[in-house]
Amino acid sequence: MTEPPIEDLLRELAPQVLGAVVRRFGDFDAAEDAVQEALLAAAQHWPDDGVPVAPRGWLIQTAERRMIDQLRSEHARRRREDVAVLREPSAARVTDQDDTLALLFLCCHPALTQASAIALTLRAVGGLTTAEIANAFLVPEATMAQRISRAKQRIKSSGVPFGMPAADERSARVRSVLRVLYLVFNEGYTSSAGHHLHRTELSGEAIRLARLAHRVLPADGEVTGLLALMLLTDARLPARTTADGELIPLAEQDRTRWDHDLIAEGNDLILGAVAGGAVGEYQLQAAIAAVHDDAPRVDDTDWPQILGLYGLLERMTGNPMVSLNRAIAAAMVSGPQAGLTLLDALDERLAGHYRLDAVRAHLLEMAGDTATALRHYRAAASRTTSIPERNYLTTKAARLRTQP
Amino acid sequence: MKFLLLQNYQGGIGCDVPMSDWAPQDIKAHIDFQHTVNKELLDKGELVDAQGLAGPELAKFVTFDGVGSPVVTDGPFAEAKELLAGYRMVDVESAARAVEIAARVSAAPGPNGVPIQQPIEVRQVMSAPSIDL
Repeated sequence: MTEPPIEDLLRELAPQVLGAVVRRFGDFDAAEDAVQEALLAAAQHWPDDGVPVAPRGWLIQTAERRMIDQLRSEHARRRREDVAVLREPSAARVTDQDDTLALLFLCCHPALTQASAIALTLRAVGGLTTAEIANAFLVPEATMAQRISRAKQRIKSSGVPFGMPAADERSARVRSVLRVLYLVFNEGYTSSAGHHLHRTELSGEAIRLARLAHRVLPADGEVTGLLALMLLTDARLPARTTADGELIPLAEQDRTRWDHDLIAEGNDLILGAVAGGAVGEYQLQAAIAAVHDDAPRVDDTDWPQILGLYGLLERMTGNPMVSLNRAIAAAMVSGPQAGLTLLDALDERLAGHYRLDAVRAHLLEMAGDTATALRHYRAAASRTTSIPERNYLTTKAARLRTQP
Repeated sequence: MKFLLLQNYQGGIGCDVPMSDWAPQDIKAHIDFQHTVNKELLDKGELVDAQGLAGPELAKFVTFDGVGSPVVTDGPFAEAKELLAGYRMVDVESAARAVEIAARVSAAPGPNGVPIQQPIEVRQVMSAPSIDL
């Protein structure tokens, strides 16, 4: 079995090696397969033979040999003359950082569905195997292999070049990358309760990729904001579930169990990003997370500041889920009635969404209207699609019912 | 041999009260029991999959005659209790073992720890033909 240090090294080198091979051969699809094979060969041989002096060069050479073998056999089979045209290494100085960034842009291309972009990014940039990705998303390996292969076909057919997007496209393309990394993080974080504990590895992987993105785009405030958001959220993971995997809401978490190193790192990042001006969505979310994480006890939470930040975020995004969170903040600042009034404006846009019922139940409980709160907790429990959330909401309803 | 053990929303003989009306500690005991059963099946190498389904409120029935638009029916459904609530798939040595697991699941604790006796549907998953067929 591979020792973790070798695995870490391979995962770190994966995008650099792939970038170099794609740059030389131009065929992303085939290059990606060849690099996976090279990584596999390294994972098999290095633990016994030792890590080569130049591991990156070893991987590139191995992957390129596979490419050439493959091109030769295709060439012979199809008797085509024009297949194996090797590109000369570009004269321009191309750094690993450029390659990594170009790969991120390619794998998160808006032409791909989100599910395929996620899978492709984890494999091509993250260096995960198809089996690992399939396992993390709880689908059969053959299904995941097909999803990845179709994503690569889509890239090929859409003619997206490997390289930097044009300047006018760039910020939209960065947003696509951030969206994919955010979804990977959420997939891991929100499913960390219940039976699927191994899925928390996904949030770790998202953080690793966000660090990578931050390294190649250090001046982009939203990239920094997303990394900070992930760290500040992930810091609470140890306190977020009971030993049996049941959910503990933020207000009831044992804050001494939060990871204070991650909080410090997230705080530094978000402070630096906000100081740079042009505040975006992820920076605001990170700032909100930072305010929560700064409070040693729930009663110390600076709710007026959170309310202000949600107000900015609401104006920026128009997202009703943000409005829902603003209603909670308003209730914490001015009392439950203020929050309930804000919720009334969301009835239409969030009709039937369990989160609206859950928040309304919570605010009604704060207001002392137990009977109506109970009704909304039950409605929320019957409509959620998450088992830990259903367990939590059902238990809330039961507690309220048995209260004197 | 693979078996699906299916449960719907019908309460058992031992309990016909919705879970949100149970005492909190009874809910906890029930949830813990489900985790324990899954853990046991996993440890024995018998668990293939265990899933709970989102509630009948989110269920839809779809029919289509191949032309025009499909007919999609939303709830609430009169027969909601008969809808599937969740399942376990197990890979076991014998049908008897599948029945044994189903029996354990049926005796999940309800209010005051009394087994709810929910009916568990045991269905064998069809497999490849035997070699000498």
